[in-house]
Amino acid sequence: MDLSFLSSILFATVVAGTPLIIVALGELVTEKSGVLNLGAEGIVSVGAVAAFAVAHHSGSPMLGILAGMGAGMVMSLLFGISALTLMANQVASGLALSIFGVGLSAFIGKPYESIALASVQPIRVPLLHRLPLLGPSLFEQQGLVYFSWALIAAVSWFLYRSRAGLVLRAVGESPVAAHAIGYGVVRIRYQAVLFGGAMAGIGGAFLSVFYTPMWVEGMVAGRGWIALSLVVFATWRPLRVMIGAYLFGGCMITQMFVQGSGARVNIPAQFLSSIPYVATVLVLVLISRNRSTIRINSPASLGQPFLPDA
Amino acid sequence: MWLKFEQRPEPSKVMTYLSPLLAVGLMFLSGLILFLVLGKSPVEGFKVFFLNPLRDSYGVAELFLKATPLMLCAVGLSVGFKANVWNIGAEGQLLIGALAGGWLALHFEGSTSRLLLPGMIVAGALGGMAWAAIPAFLRTRFNANEILTSLMLVYVAELMVSWLVHGPWKDPDGFNFPQTKLFSATATLPLLLAGTRVNVALIFAIGALVVGWIFMNRSFMGYQMKVAGQAEFAGRYAGFSAKRSVWIGMLAGGAMAGVAGISEVAGPIGQITEHISPGYGFAAMIVAFVGRLSPIGIFFSSLLMALLYMGGEQAQQYLNLPSSISKVFQGMLLFFLLGSDVFINFRPRLVRRRK
Repeated sequence: MDLSFLSSILFATVVAGTPLIIVALGELVTEKSGVLNLGAEGIVSVGAVAAFAVAHHSGSPMLGILAGMGAGMVMSLLFGISALTLMANQVASGLALSIFGVGLSAFIGKPYESIALASVQPIRVPLLHRLPLLGPSLFEQQGLVYFSWALIAAVSWFLYRSRAGLVLRAVGESPVAAHAIGYGVVRIRYQAVLFGGAMAGIGGAFLSVFYTPMWVEGMVAGRGWIALSLVVFATWRPLRVMIGAYLFGGCMITQMFVQGSGARVNIPAQFLSSIPYVATVLVLVLISRNRSTIRINSPASLGQPFLPDA
Repeated sequence: MWLKFEQRPEPSKVMTYLSPLLAVGLMFLSGLILFLVLGKSPVEGFKVFFLNPLRDSYGVAELFLKATPLMLCAVGLSVGFKANVWNIGAEGQLLIGALAGGWLALHFEGSTSRLLLPGMIVAGALGGMAWAAIPAFLRTRFNANEILTSLMLVYVAELMVSWLVHGPWKDPDGFNFPQTKLFSATATLPLLLAGTRVNVALIFAIGALVVGWIFMNRSFMGYQMKVAGQAEFAGRYAGFSAKRSVWIGMLAGGAMAGVAGISEVAGPIGQITEHISPGYGFAAMIVAFVGRLSPIGIFFSSLLMALLYMGGEQAQQYLNLPSSISKVFQGMLLFFLLGSDVFINFRPRLVRRRK
């Protein structure tokens, strides 16, 4: 393996991990407020198709990102109405959103299926991008890759260093106590859900506008679900989300490893494609084995409805 | 003025049954709006989508054909859902069931044994159960969330089907199409009605509904599962094993999904292809919820869901809309149901907004 091959593997890993970071951080904030939104797959799908359509018609990838974000927020609002206002079961509401979103994206996306977008030029950091090995991965990337790094810092700071983040965590740990001292539990949870939706939508935009760049039905291929698993893997800590996302990003590009390594073994493509899903299962097992890890780290009220004025 | 929900002293029985009807009504209504937004005449759209599929007896037969796998999957899933066991991987269990039973059909090709078909059905059930056993084991032994693991296995199952039909199981005389040989007549489910495609799988499905009803309402194990779902701590206090609930819930879902899978490939499809199921395993979750997790409800809601599938095909043919519109309707239906369910536990009241 030569240096340039290793460098391109690193580059592809970072790119493949980026949507996972963005989606998982959104979900992490949502879950920290005590709300389990299993709809990520649906939100990412609709975000992807909305971003693609807008980027295609307007010719502006930036507008595409905004459209993905907006679509993600609208989708998560549906979840909020169901799970927060109407107090429906969160698991069922999230599943509904996933089924609805995947279907809706297929429906909206049909006319766009055979169109490709021009690929967007990466943003180069002068000089640094020429560094051997790490240069392209760290300093010659799409804007959203830099955004994902900023997001990790921002979410960490927000959750653990800001007052609003403290309140959000309090709502997730004990909504009754937070309500008793005067915080609007439902309002804060709505904000967290909308943030999660916005990030999932941006994650979708990254997939359809920058990563592939095209729209095909089913192209999200479970990334929303993998992002949900990542939050568990990261035991609800932002920095660990990044580690996990790159781990899974690496799993997603195994095809490249095999081709580049020059190995003559003939592994069916389907086997390589199944690696991220199998890895997700394994990782969930490893992290969940220890019940107390999950119990200590997960927000105490996760998944439970809150009834105001009860 | 402001709408406020007031908790009812006890859940409303009436609303429990009215809520699915309300949801269906809301779905029809938003369907009309959807057609309007898409620039189609709502009346025409409604006719094509909901009435066209049923205009002749063949259409009605097709409705039952498509409802069969939904009924099977939904009744299996409902057992788990009652106990709060979230098996959302029925689609994968369906596929593995199809593979397990299909393997027998291909392996004993040309056999005229009367045991082949029953053997295939059993293999289908076992295949589905084996696939469902993985998340059940990981949940009970390692505490891994069954929602995420069962779903991940759907993707693995899809890739497995794809590998087999592109590789080892591909029909050598099939012009390179990704599909197996057609199953022989002895490996194909007999039709119930000549001139239609309805086969004996419908009888299995109705049988499964009856067995499901007896299990949930007349057996002690079913009672334990209901308690485990409604009052976890009460169940634990009474010594009901939570692990057993997980196992039974997962395996029931897997077995029924597996039977649905083999019934599709040994029925209307007649071979294994990459397109065994248009998402029956996922739609079955909606069927189970809309049917209130009760067999009688599931019977009717699976017919409704089958109608949505057929409506999508009609809309593609006559309205020039993508057939995925049926998935939009399915998703809306579940949302409306969840929303309408608020009236079971709460009473809406208009109150003056607080300053």
